[in-house]
Amino acid sequence: MIDLSLFQQYGPALLRGLGMTIFCWLVGTVFAMALGFVMALVQRSVKAWPVQWLLRAYVEFIRGTPFLVQLFVLYYGGPMLGLRLDALPAGLLGLTIYGSPYFAEIFRAGLNAVPVGQIEAARAMGFPPGAIMRRVMIPVMLVSALPALVNFSIILTKETVILSMITVPEIMFETQTMMAETFAFAEATLVLALFFWIFVEAISRIGRRLERRATHYLLERS
Amino acid sequence: MFSFQTIIDNLPVLIASARYTLLISGLGCLLGLIFGAVVCMGAVSRSVAARRVAGVYVSFFRGVPLLIQLLLAFYLLPLVGVNVPALVAAILTVGLCAAAYISEILRGALNAIPKGQAEAAIAVGLPPRDIWTRILLPQALKISMPSLVNELILLVKASSLVTVVGIVEITRMSQSIASATYRPLEIYLAAAFIYLAINLVIAGIGRTLEQRFAL
Repeated sequence: MIDLSLFQQYGPALLRGLGMTIFCWLVGTVFAMALGFVMALVQRSVKAWPVQWLLRAYVEFIRGTPFLVQLFVLYYGGPMLGLRLDALPAGLLGLTIYGSPYFAEIFRAGLNAVPVGQIEAARAMGFPPGAIMRRVMIPVMLVSALPALVNFSIILTKETVILSMITVPEIMFETQTMMAETFAFAEATLVLALFFWIFVEAISRIGRRLERRATHYLLERS
Repeated sequence: MFSFQTIIDNLPVLIASARYTLLISGLGCLLGLIFGAVVCMGAVSRSVAARRVAGVYVSFFRGVPLLIQLLLAFYLLPLVGVNVPALVAAILTVGLCAAAYISEILRGALNAIPKGQAEAAIAVGLPPRDIWTRILLPQALKISMPSLVNELILLVKASSLVTVVGIVEITRMSQSIASATYRPLEIYLAAAFIYLAINLVIAGIGRTLEQRFAL
């Protein structure tokens, strides 16, 4: 049977782990999105083939290899290149690198879907390039890209548990510590599974609602 | 210094361990197709109960990280008296997880099949089983080919997580070689490139299949 007193004893550690999971997810997603957006912009505007080729290779490499192996390369292989990182920064950097090509592809497709006429119209009306990006391209792009952005952000929540493999003290890691000390393997894993189920289900519901509201508003404006 | 010699020395062992990666992702995908078809039939069925069960199934297996699902299978199965080798448990778990994604892929593809076909099949008196196995599923498979190939690539990558239950596939093998040679950078990069090669080959095969099916 599930021994509830265990969770009382390990409650604080598990809560800290939960906070860490959410922190990693938020920071990783924001940085990955930022890097992905920059990549999409570079891919659009710099047509020189070495740049295009490098970006393509980066996207293929990251999308073709497991996140776990990428983390191992970064965390255990990094020091050989002079990149000596603690587990947490390595994990955040790993999440950023892992997520960026997926976000880049989403942004690229979204930006390509912006009707050229709208950009030309903005230019004809004398909008400076920055304003065209901010007021025309990004809002219109979000209409088509938001569902994919929300979807991938949700996928990233599940990837954060892999950070436990390089000893980032997120919820999975704290649970494993508890399991190692109490031998309550089944209970702990079951509770962890239920927790993630509820967590992911909740944020996908919130995501869908946000998405509907945001795109509705944007659809009306554009 | 970057040592290519380490990579060359250990490459045969690493490549040999890839057969477990391929076994787990391949069989996992196959199981996923079979279970996925069943779940999909539940999801589009007229019975509310079947739809509800399929919905919970998909939401659970897509909502819980695979790493946790693997540990769950590993720790919980013996507790309920099922003693299977780790490899079998891993393949089953990967298959069950893939089924959730594949059922959604198939459901999307079913929507693309004109309603008239199933109606015509009912009208000429085909039994429901034949409607599924002869009309709906073959077409759904064909339509969803690109997504299924994509799913297989995702599974190859996901199979790296079975290291936690102690199966010596590429990632686990590279872990032990890295700790024996103190050359983590070279070994993990080599492992990454083996995964990349596998996935590029699968993507290539997928493109050929797509072109063949496009007719």
